[in-house]
Amino acid sequence: MSAKTRLPVGQEAIRIKGWFGAHRYLILRRLSQSFFLGLFLLGPWFGIWWVVGTLAGSRTFEVLPLTDPLVLLQSIAAGHLPELTALVGAIIVLAVYALIGGRVYCSWVCPINPVTDAAHWLHERLGLQKGWQPKRSARLWVLGTVVVVSALNGTIAWELVNPVTILHRGLVFGMGFAWVVVAAVFLFDLLVSRRGWCSHICPVGAFYGLVGTKSVVRVSAANRVSCDDCMDCYAVCPENHVISPALKGKPGDTPVILSPDCTNCGRCIDVCAVDVFAFTHRFDPRVSETAKPAVDAPSEYAA
Amino acid sequence: MSATLQPKSPGRRRFLAETARVAGGCAVAGSLLAYVARDARALPAEALRPPGAMPETDFLSACIRCGLCVRDCPYDTLKLAELGEDDPATGTPYFTARDVPCEMCDDIPCVAACPTGALDPGLKTIDDARMGTAVLVDQENCLNFLGLRCDVCYRVCPVIDEAITLETSHNARSGKHAIFAPTVHADHCTGCGLCEKSCVLPDAAIKVLPIRLARGSSADHYRKGWEEKERKGAPLVEGIIDLPDRMPAPAGAAPEATGGFEPAFKLPGGAQ
Repeated sequence: MSAKTRLPVGQEAIRIKGWFGAHRYLILRRLSQSFFLGLFLLGPWFGIWWVVGTLAGSRTFEVLPLTDPLVLLQSIAAGHLPELTALVGAIIVLAVYALIGGRVYCSWVCPINPVTDAAHWLHERLGLQKGWQPKRSARLWVLGTVVVVSALNGTIAWELVNPVTILHRGLVFGMGFAWVVVAAVFLFDLLVSRRGWCSHICPVGAFYGLVGTKSVVRVSAANRVSCDDCMDCYAVCPENHVISPALKGKPGDTPVILSPDCTNCGRCIDVCAVDVFAFTHRFDPRVSETAKPAVDAPSEYAA
Repeated sequence: MSATLQPKSPGRRRFLAETARVAGGCAVAGSLLAYVARDARALPAEALRPPGAMPETDFLSACIRCGLCVRDCPYDTLKLAELGEDDPATGTPYFTARDVPCEMCDDIPCVAACPTGALDPGLKTIDDARMGTAVLVDQENCLNFLGLRCDVCYRVCPVIDEAITLETSHNARSGKHAIFAPTVHADHCTGCGLCEKSCVLPDAAIKVLPIRLARGSSADHYRKGWEEKERKGAPLVEGIIDLPDRMPAPAGAAPEATGGFEPAFKLPGGAQ
């Protein structure tokens, strides 16, 4: 184990790239999350009704319908054939996420993401054990269960408990006891299962993962020859099994992270001091041949 | 038997065990979810769905809880059920007539806003909406039934003289006045709730109830003889003999002359 692996995560990147350089995508993501939430809050807070509705279904500038495709899928499973407006809205959403990465929804839009990120931050801060770690495929089972229960019960089942829409609707229309659901997710991630909700359970993320299986926008470990095995990317990545195939691929293997589990959050790009990662498209096979000159750890960090 | 003797691969065994575990977990979680979903179907009687809402069980399969109907309601009648505070399924739109009734907009903006058809776009005329049915639930406190002329529910009704009429009857208490009973005709009542909202009593004597509570139903095989007869324009059973009615004859007249008959016996001290 090199001296660097014992450094706090991202310390090296902060030293080289500066704090903002090492938090660029994190800041952009928070801005994006605030932006999409803010669009919905402009109406109820300031009377500017550009976007009306919730994440489940909305209308932008009186013309653009958007519908959550998973909610609509449950509705269809429950035996309702939706009107054209909702179908068009769902197709638009599907098309966009199929292009830019399904789980971009998770890391750039979903209002629960800051909650689980905060839980993870505190989890690391307190040095807690990772706890219960269900298999990654568990969320696909949950997704299947949700659709089956919808079909058997004739209701949109997941919307009764979905923390994503419950929180979003709560903020836009009135919280009620929605904060209890949010607190439950926070405590689950903090005390029961590290990264448990978003990376193991949530069927919404599982669904969007399926949507983005062949998505175009991807992170590539193009500069993988420079990797100095500091493991910071693995430490920040919420789905860190996606990294190895690209980063540790043999010569000739694609450097592009192709797993649909990747949320395109860009944190690996942030924390990498030697700039191994970059956003690109899935058909970009470029790999650097020569390593960046290695950056020596400053003497105060040396073991 | 030979199959059981072959050694099973540990990988296969692990796969089966893990699959069984996650499937079991999903069965438990799914059952809980199904239970919650069943529970959410019980719509309280005070909660009315917007105009054109599908029947409740269908509604819960169609409404995506987006809130567009709520936003487009110009009178802030509709609201989304908040988790843990309101009784309807969380996030679904409803209104409480006594708080804010439906003003029955001609262009029905809530229905126009619905992207999924949970509010039926086939509803073109608001008078055809059936959000519930008004019922005069408390005749003992209704001022009109006490013999006064309150009439407020009747006056505010947007379908006045069709959905609510005032039916007069004798006021037995005073002996000389009339009672103007507000009477709901479910064929015309939209369930907008203006009557319930306007009732002057501390607790409304007229309330809009879900149709399942407000109404009975006639059995399919029932036929009303007088309607059938009118439809046919003739007696339903042909060749039936219509006997003359037995009427007491006026004093002094011959019974045969009036179509009546002489009583078979006379009461002692009777006038005749």
